Amino acid sequence: MNVRRIPVLVVWLGCVVLAVIVIARAHYSTDLSAFLPAHPTPTQQLLVDQLRDGPASRLILIAIEQGNAASRAPVSAGLVDRLRNDPEFSSVNNGETVAAQADREFLFQHRYLLSEAVNTQRFTAAGLNAAIRETIDNLASPEGLLFKSLLPRDPTGELMNIIDQLQRSSQPESRDGVWVSSDGARALAVAQTQASGSDTDAQSRAIDAIRAAFAAAAAESLQTAANSVQLRLSGPGVFAVAARAKIERAAVRLSIASSILVVTLLLFVYRSLPALGLGLLPVATGALVGIGAVALGFGAVHGITLGFGITLIGESVDYSIYFFVQSRQAQGDGAARSWQQSWWPTIRLGMLTSVCGFASLLPSGFSGLQQLGLYSISGLIAAALVTRHVLPALLPPGFTIRDVRPLGLRTGDVLQRVQDLSGSAILLCAAVLATLALAVLHHDRASLWNRELSALSPISAAEQDYDAKLRADLGAADVRDLVIVSGPDVETILRGAEQASRALHALADEKIIGGFESPAAYLPSLATQESRRSSLPSAAELRANLNKAVEGLPLRADRLQPFLEDVEATRHAALVTPRDLAGTSLAAGFDALVLHQKDQWNALLPLRSSAAGGKIDSSKVAAALQHDKVDARVLDLKQESDDLYDNYLAEAIRFSLAGFLALTVLLLIALRSPLRVARVLAPLVLAVLTVAAGLAIAGVQLTILHLVGMLLIVAVGSNYALFFDRQANSEEAGDAALTLAALVIANASTVICFGLLSFSQVPVLVALGATVAPGTFLALLFAAIGFGAVRSAHA
Amino acid sequence: MQRVLALILLGICCSSGSEPVRAAPGDLRDLDQVMAMLAMRQHARVEFIEQQFLSVLSHPIESSGELRYDAPDRLEKRTLKPRAETLLLMGEVLTVERAGHRRVIDLHAYPQVLPFVESIRATLAGDRKALERLFRLDFTGSVSRWTLTLVPLESNIKQSVNQVRIDGAADQLLKVEIRQLDGDRSLMTLRPSVLP
Repeated sequence: MNVRRIPVLVVWLGCVVLAVIVIARAHYSTDLSAFLPAHPTPTQQLLVDQLRDGPASRLILIAIEQGNAASRAPVSAGLVDRLRNDPEFSSVNNGETVAAQADREFLFQHRYLLSEAVNTQRFTAAGLNAAIRETIDNLASPEGLLFKSLLPRDPTGELMNIIDQLQRSSQPESRDGVWVSSDGARALAVAQTQASGSDTDAQSRAIDAIRAAFAAAAAESLQTAANSVQLRLSGPGVFAVAARAKIERAAVRLSIASSILVVTLLLFVYRSLPALGLGLLPVATGALVGIGAVALGFGAVHGITLGFGITLIGESVDYSIYFFVQSRQAQGDGAARSWQQSWWPTIRLGMLTSVCGFASLLPSGFSGLQQLGLYSISGLIAAALVTRHVLPALLPPGFTIRDVRPLGLRTGDVLQRVQDLSGSAILLCAAVLATLALAVLHHDRASLWNRELSALSPISAAEQDYDAKLRADLGAADVRDLVIVSGPDVETILRGAEQASRALHALADEKIIGGFESPAAYLPSLATQESRRSSLPSAAELRANLNKAVEGLPLRADRLQPFLEDVEATRHAALVTPRDLAGTSLAAGFDALVLHQKDQWNALLPLRSSAAGGKIDSSKVAAALQHDKVDARVLDLKQESDDLYDNYLAEAIRFSLAGFLALTVLLLIALRSPLRVARVLAPLVLAVLTVAAGLAIAGVQLTILHLVGMLLIVAVGSNYALFFDRQANSEEAGDAALTLAALVIANASTVICFGLLSFSQVPVLVALGATVAPGTFLALLFAAIGFGAVRSAHA
Repeated sequence: MQRVLALILLGICCSSGSEPVRAAPGDLRDLDQVMAMLAMRQHARVEFIEQQFLSVLSHPIESSGELRYDAPDRLEKRTLKPRAETLLLMGEVLTVERAGHRRVIDLHAYPQVLPFVESIRATLAGDRKALERLFRLDFTGSVSRWTLTLVPLESNIKQSVNQVRIDGAADQLLKVEIRQLDGDRSLMTLRPSVLP
């Protein structure tokens, strides 16, 4: 080894060690932060907060299936019983009546502050008469009969009123004491985790706890059918955990599989273990530097970025292939040096065009794409520099790989048929192909791009349908539409929620919405409570009113002494605060709808549509709120997130075109000939168009990841085209067969890597694989044909 | 919040005791014959007037409406006065509809409600086995004029109902009296429906 090379190696090792240190200390996130816009509007911030920490993000829907109804109910009971005291969960509910004693006492004790029916009219003689008359009428029903013992204390039926208030939200059906689906085929329960939905580790722990509790409950059940009972979970946290597992599994498995395949391919080509080891150095260094750069640049590395590690294998392994194959042309110690002189400029230009392409991801508002861009740029530069400076330094004296010229010649033979075509015929074919592709794309232009965020979701449509079904059965709002009231403290937002509720009740009456939830339904604002309390008359006045009220009713006023005492007690009692809810099931309901962030409080009022699966016209809701001068915002989460994604997509398309323009300028400067630039770019553009048209014909809607795939086609393909260009325009062109061989091997490794991706279960990876694998192959084919490489291979 | 409702409803029942009325045992073959006659009928539709004697009120309250039965297990009680209300018992689920509100109560979870409805439904169905699952049966009188007294067997039912007494003639029910543990009682008088 040459002593002059030692500084290069020291620098390289230093960089690798630094990258390893940065990577080891980096923070890795698997939450939705990749989707967080760099500069979110308040609405977008709210949206992301909702998706990340909102009450909906903390729900786990639990379904118990199979077996029979008699076996599911006790398993449901056993499961919930085990989880009830688990600190991972803020609430677990299957419709059983356990916490109700505390609820009952709380509601009854505070009934004159909580009931919406309480106002100054309520306790006049006329008001009392009407209320008592209704209560007595209710006694005729078996349901009312159950209230009769409360009559002396609650003759106006306030407890029943509060229950009706709370009941406005729809409820699941019950069988055998537990919630069941509307068809009765599964027992249902809902768990709310303590941790936010974005805390995937905590979600994973919660899911494990549920599974363990289920297994224990099923084993304990005396029902023989309990053995066949199945557990099925759904919800945002469950999806997040499943998605992470899927992405991790796919990334790990596919990285291993493609590594094995590429290693096998390289071993077959090189027939040399040292060459293989050296050949993987640029890839490994590139990956380390890429992750390190993302960690330094963003503070946290998103899990999905790591998943794309595989994309780097595809391109960076090419550099070492070019190096080994091409440097073989010059034998002996001077080989590396002559390669550096004759081939490196071309590789450097190819690398720079790739960098131009990926740089277009950097200004994206989508931090996931920004990370991918930075990762690719830094990784490619590192891989290219290692190939240029480190590989020659590490090359053992007299090192050489097997002669791959026969491969180039054979490839040339295969392509021979095209040779017979004249230049103008090739041009015509290309024009026809481009026209056809453009026609297909134009025809499908309306549906070409998928503008829904769910297109990126690794959760299958079947799983999403199942989730929707469980939500419908549970009456759980899918929290698609929300009214949000913000303020500096709880009292302000509760007052706002009460104002909004009045407008929303009117909308529910008009069937514009089906219903809504509100934290104020669990706990009215202090102002409302105060006004109710002050409407309670003094003991003497109430007694006089009552004596008058019961005239003509089958009820004697002296039996209602407890009522007088309770009202008087409430007049001197403190108002109810959120702290008083502790220990009741109302606390979970209230907490789920109140968000506290820094110095801002938000009351959430989730809306339900009036028909199952129906869509709420949020503009009408907004108009009604505005008409009533309620300071509240309406948020359609799905629409907002789709809009957000749509913005990312539109922006990414714009930036990609800008990147392509920059790349063209770069080539113009480097090649100094518009014709040469056109010949380099034409095969790439044609490959991108063909792949896009192919996907459209296959019925695949393009997502942002297909766009990234197209960038990769241009990035990888530009290397191919530049080699052919060099071949055609350089005096010391070297061996055309060797060049062709190097490109075929490089392309084979790329197609293997990305082809494997399309077998994954993760849509984003499939999108990449299905674009890049055929795209790079076509780029090589088109470039080879376009530059008449076939002819020169035999020259 | 349904669970809150049902719980609150049922937790409220207070209790005080009174001895069940004992009747002389009648001929069990007559009981079987009455049951067989009742079981023959697939549909029943009668008017009812119900009086409730509640200690908390100074005089009884009265309600009236229509009772419909369809074999095997559908019982509907439509109260027209003083307030419209529909009670529908299907299988083990009781649905109460009043003033636009609809409530579903699962009888498995709230067995206390069971004797109020199952006593009537199982008798109309002529289902002696179903009756004997919940009650001790005393049959007096003859097929042409009989009295069936039902005393709850299980403790959770006993909490609400002391006994149910049904008077009938052949396959017609004439009176249903439900005595509650706290001494309150209801008396339902039935006659063939003339309602449209």
